[in-house]
Amino acid sequence: MNEPINISRRDFLKIGTAIGGGLVIGFHLGWPKNAVASTAFEPNAWVKVQSDGTVRFICPRNEMGQDVHTSLTMLLAEELEIDPRHVKVEEAAVNPVYINRMVGAQMTGASTAVRDAWDQLRQAGATARVMLVNAAAAKWKVPASECRAENGHVIHGARKLAYGALVVAAERQPVPKEVELKPAGRFSVIGKPLPRLDSANKSRGKTVFGIDVKQPGMVYAALATCPVLGGKVVSFDAGVAQKRPGVRKVVDIGEGVAVIADQHWTALSALADIKIQWDEGPAAKLDTAAIYAALEQAKDKPGAVVKQTGNAAEALAKVTPIEARYTSQMLAHVTLEPPNCLARVSTKGVDVWVSTQFPQRAQAIAAQAAGVKPEQVRIHAQFIGGGFGRRLDADFIGQTVAIAKVVPGTPVKLIWTREDDVTHDFYRPPSLHLLRGALDGSRIVAFSHKLISPSITARMFPGVVKDGIDGFMTEGTVNFTYDIPNLDLRTVIQEVGIRVGYWRSVSNALNAFAIESFIDELAQTAGNDPVSFRLAMLDKLPRQQAVLQRAVKDAGFSSTPKGGRAFGVASMECYDTHIALVAEVSGTADKIKLEKLTFAADCGIAVHPDQVIAQLQSGAVTGLINTMRSKVTVKDGRIEQSNFDTFTIPRMYEVPPIEVVPIPSGGRPGGMGEAGVPLVAPAIANAVFALTGKRLRSLPLEDGEISFG
Amino acid sequence: MILLEVNGKKYKVDVAPDVPLLWVIREQVGLTGTKFGCGMALCGACTVLIDGEAQRSCQFPVKDAEGKKITTIEGIGVTPAGKAIQDAWITDDVPQCGYCQSGQIVQAAALLKDKPKPSDADIDAVMSGNLCRCGTYQRIRGAIHKAVEIMEKGGTP
Repeated sequence: MNEPINISRRDFLKIGTAIGGGLVIGFHLGWPKNAVASTAFEPNAWVKVQSDGTVRFICPRNEMGQDVHTSLTMLLAEELEIDPRHVKVEEAAVNPVYINRMVGAQMTGASTAVRDAWDQLRQAGATARVMLVNAAAAKWKVPASECRAENGHVIHGARKLAYGALVVAAERQPVPKEVELKPAGRFSVIGKPLPRLDSANKSRGKTVFGIDVKQPGMVYAALATCPVLGGKVVSFDAGVAQKRPGVRKVVDIGEGVAVIADQHWTALSALADIKIQWDEGPAAKLDTAAIYAALEQAKDKPGAVVKQTGNAAEALAKVTPIEARYTSQMLAHVTLEPPNCLARVSTKGVDVWVSTQFPQRAQAIAAQAAGVKPEQVRIHAQFIGGGFGRRLDADFIGQTVAIAKVVPGTPVKLIWTREDDVTHDFYRPPSLHLLRGALDGSRIVAFSHKLISPSITARMFPGVVKDGIDGFMTEGTVNFTYDIPNLDLRTVIQEVGIRVGYWRSVSNALNAFAIESFIDELAQTAGNDPVSFRLAMLDKLPRQQAVLQRAVKDAGFSSTPKGGRAFGVASMECYDTHIALVAEVSGTADKIKLEKLTFAADCGIAVHPDQVIAQLQSGAVTGLINTMRSKVTVKDGRIEQSNFDTFTIPRMYEVPPIEVVPIPSGGRPGGMGEAGVPLVAPAIANAVFALTGKRLRSLPLEDGEISFG
Repeated sequence: MILLEVNGKKYKVDVAPDVPLLWVIREQVGLTGTKFGCGMALCGACTVLIDGEAQRSCQFPVKDAEGKKITTIEGIGVTPAGKAIQDAWITDDVPQCGYCQSGQIVQAAALLKDKPKPSDADIDAVMSGNLCRCGTYQRIRGAIHKAVEIMEKGGTP
């Protein structure tokens, strides 16, 4: 079920590196045009202008709340000279033209959507605009340079033609080889306020998520898989279940037993009647202690070097270094829309309607499950009711196709229960961090960090991990900001027997907790305050200094508690965004109140300013999941949590005010989908230390004899 | 056969009496704005009004809804509070993924019916039963206050 799709290492390692300009890939691949005379203008894979003037934007990334539908529409609209509010957004089908060049695959993740599209969609819009202008100019027999485009029209003097009236003529225009893009000073859409295009439907219950899709003749499925991850069906007795009215079929798909029924409730109820014998497999004895023991046993492995300057080993050997070890917990994603998928397998191929972050992988997994070629699978991507990395995986898609194959021609919708979801996730990897530091006066002269954790990339894209480096494990260290003469940052891949998945902000969150907490420990040992200690090491990064200074100022930060309030700070660069966070807490160790979180962020240019704020507010709450008490634990190979009573996530009353101070400095946009997550844990842990004197080195923080209340 | 009244419209549904209302609303009535999130009344995504009271439809047997007025997200906009809440949600761009928002909006509309001018503490007390995995709580709180203003101004956002 987990056959990797073919992504080259070269493409994959583009993550985190700036992408060049130049002509966009879509124009080279040859967008298939309609053979018959077109009544619409389709200059490239992203734009379709209809004769009634409707502009359709084929959105290459999936909307999961992070605002790609609106933000990416703004990029296109800026150059196409149209009102973004009237654009109809469609989710793209699987096609190489829609590959996210920062990751080398058609996927939505790693905070890349806006960064990847920044040049591409503005060029797509500009190309379309130039062709429309040229078409009008030809019609009027005037030089194109005398015409201009404005609000969906081409204008020459007093003459004016709507785009819709130009579609046939524009379609015959040659595609320009080069287009000039507007300088930032002339932007009228980018960086300006605009309502989200999806807010109204989402507020009226009209948005169709994957779980809401209907197809004629659709039936429902519920699936029981082994309580131990990786277990298989040995035998089962479906005698009673099959007699239940409404049950169509009971299906063995190897990893589980499914009931197909007219209604989902019938399928669920019938499933409860089936007794299944499982082969629990090698994970049957696994428990949480064994998982962390495996990490511990790998602590002396040299690992792979992520970043090195000077000679940290030598510098640390000369002194008695300050040492600390940090750990973080496993986490489930708990997207509020549980995993689900609708699939129809027929002689005409396979249709899949699904909320997915990774249509290309969805197609590959569905094809494998159906025993067909990927091009015989049509992925109809839907609005996503929460991604957070869970929907980069396609396990539930493969399962649905395997079930639907048994009833050819009938669309089958598999819906997981919340219990299925919590107990059969790909969990955020557990991590162990070993840190050492040496001081010379109030500066760090040597610093080492080693992350030990299982590799998600090794599971999902095995060919991509080479020389012991999983690019996603280097997040939070490859982008290390402090100027330290002797630096040694490493990762050790250590498998621990549990399946792991990308969880919003991935290793940035793991590494930021360890590093930004330890930096505070070093500041304290040096007798310096945590802000000036950091600023002194950021001389070469004025943008980083600026966000740190601004967050500190706006939060009213004080290195010693004042008025019963204590403060903690953390700072980093991630996804090309510079960010700093101050956490303010009050109370006592057994009842810590989160008073406020204050971010300052410089994301270059903020394409959709209010949604930059929204993403940081959202990231902060995801950061609180990671920080406060949520965790996944394992006993006898079984996940011990099952629903929101045992895997808790923050509720309204415990989320403090989150203030966001954007200080965009211009240039290219930084990623925003994940940048709010990583600093929450270290900022709060540092604030808790300032308040209580307790240094907490393990996530979630409530494991450390404190309590939030 | 069970007779239901949803958003003022009558439906005859052929389901067992103990089936939770949520599944009936989504599959038989065909209104998919109401969401399945947990099945245990822990997340609030399935919240509907039954005779004006907010209820978790995932734990509400369909037979108990017979003869009562059910209001879902698709029908909440006909009440002044429901409309003000929806207008405030749209004006403030509250939704992110949007999956929980039907439940949030129905719950918030019920709150305004009981407490036309809720304090932050009133809002936290009532709305903390509704989970938002995207973390839009701050905007939800703000939009409820905005809805109050909208209603005070006679319904125009």
